Amino acid sequence: MKDYAAECASLETVPVSTSGDVVSMRQMVRILAQRGGLSLVHQTKLVTAASELGRNMLVYGGGGSVRAASVTDAGRPGVFVEFRDKGPGIADLDLALTDGWTSGNGMGLGLSGARRLVDEFDIESGPSGTTVRIVKWAK
Amino acid sequence: MTDRVPVLKIGEVLLVSIQTDLDDQMVLDLQEDLSNRIVATGAKGVVIDISALEIVDSFVGRMLAHNAAVSRILGAETIVVGMRPAVAMTLVELGLSMSGVRTALNLERGLKLLRRIAAGRA
Repeated sequence: MKDYAAECASLETVPVSTSGDVVSMRQMVRILAQRGGLSLVHQTKLVTAASELGRNMLVYGGGGSVRAASVTDAGRPGVFVEFRDKGPGIADLDLALTDGWTSGNGMGLGLSGARRLVDEFDIESGPSGTTVRIVKWAK
Repeated sequence: MTDRVPVLKIGEVLLVSIQTDLDDQMVLDLQEDLSNRIVATGAKGVVIDISALEIVDSFVGRMLAHNAAVSRILGAETIVVGMRPAVAMTLVELGLSMSGVRTALNLERGLKLLRRIAAGRA
């Protein structure tokens, strides 16, 4: 994935340390999606993906911060969102991205489902934390 | 966060109209409140109106499925009404089939469906 964070003029940042913060983060992402001209279905998919990833970082990563921005690629508008936590990391990324696999009491759709809902998906995980970056383009 | 979703009783039906963006604690509270109210009131049906919800993620989807299963064991049928088309499309792509959850387009049709189910049981 391109380094969208580096080329954004303004990134909005929200901390996520409670389930109420996940709600605020979702609202921030929705506003960016509306401004970016994403269709209602695309907005809904992006905000749902953000909700899954925000909950993941809260439950498994102990919370963290979310950065989001409007981006463009060859004139096409989109929304970039980055989820960064300082949790213990994901031991087996391939397994964590498998449908139905869960280490907790979820349904195992968080990561795999979120990946399906967006156009670009990038994940880095290590012992010092996990970072997920997504982009949804207006079509 | 002490906000709770109200559970209203109309005859033998409990009506839950979700009007705000729910955080996970509100979802868990609703699950508990609803099963308690079914037992306390002896309700035969539950209608959950989600027309104001802009998204249903896997957590809320799981709550809806879980509620339907618990309510059924407690003798009440659950109908989820008012799901937005974009929400339905997203749920399917997310991988949630919502099997076991009865749905209707709107509140009116949901209540009608409950009456039909009740008549079938009698």
